[in-house]
Amino acid sequence: MLIGEVVGSVVSTRKDEQLESFKLLVVQVRDHSNQPKDQYVIAVDSVGAGTGDLVLYATGSSARQTLTTKDKPCDAVVMAIVDSWDVGGENVYEKWSS
Amino acid sequence: MYLGRVTGRLVATVRYEGMDNVKLQLLEPLDEAGKPTGEQLVAACALSVGPGDLVHYIDGREAALALPDETFVPVDVAITGFVEQAHVNGADLPLDLAPEGAPQGAPQAEGQR
Amino acid sequence: MILADVIGTVVSPSVQVPALDGRKLLVVRPVQPEGAPVGPKPRIAIDTIGAGVGDRVLVIDEGNAGRQILSAPNAPVKTLIIGFVDEVEIDGRRVYDHGAPS
Repeated sequence: MLIGEVVGSVVSTRKDEQLESFKLLVVQVRDHSNQPKDQYVIAVDSVGAGTGDLVLYATGSSARQTLTTKDKPCDAVVMAIVDSWDVGGENVYEKWSS
Repeated sequence: MYLGRVTGRLVATVRYEGMDNVKLQLLEPLDEAGKPTGEQLVAACALSVGPGDLVHYIDGREAALALPDETFVPVDVAITGFVEQAHVNGADLPLDLAPEGAPQGAPQAEGQR
Repeated sequence: MILADVIGTVVSPSVQVPALDGRKLLVVRPVQPEGAPVGPKPRIAIDTIGAGVGDRVLVIDEGNAGRQILSAPNAPVKTLIIGFVDEVEIDGRRVYDHGAPS
């Protein structure tokens, strides 16, 4: 999985009918020191994430291993909302600190 | 499967249902000299490993199969084992790069985990 | 399937993944047919043929095939060594010959 920030959402009315009811999020990838990368992914939401949340997303066929995305044309899914992480014992991100 | 080193841990209380008992670890893939390749991943983990540990991990759909309970979960990287010894290109890779200040475990102690 | 050179060994207890129990894990470096390395990351592969360091081998990196070979339907396995490479020929030109003196 990779860490990213939800920076927006995508609305698409004309799409494959299997994608109806999906919430599509624009996720900007972060590295482990919480620096944004110039890399974006459109992921289906499975946990109720919103703009500003730091999330984990899974890609590839693993993204179809949720009840909402099973057998659907989907290759990225947001599967967790990040509370905190630390690297080498040092806290990098804490959701509730600010 | 690939070689990696655990660099940290990550907490996420809101997550896809069915993976409540799964720990999430930060991981960096290693090249054949044991140096980080620059990529950084978050891996699901059912083993007790911690920062500095050398591990092997699996990616793709098979990663979810490494979890103990529910395997129909959106997990694309999972740690499959703790590496006790890795001998590559004629030399042993360093086993434990513990954070500064932490005592370095002797090779004998590593085997008893 | 990919071609790879066996470059090392890994010792790992298999408490969590029973399918790996008793299996030999080898470090392999994916290579192009002519022998140039592919990518910076070596792979950890399950040996099914008795390969050793220095061998050029055939590796599958796909879960379904791997699980069939090990007869382990739900095992988290993906990368397996399934054959020794004796010769590689491209456009009639032999680019690898195991028997040739190196």
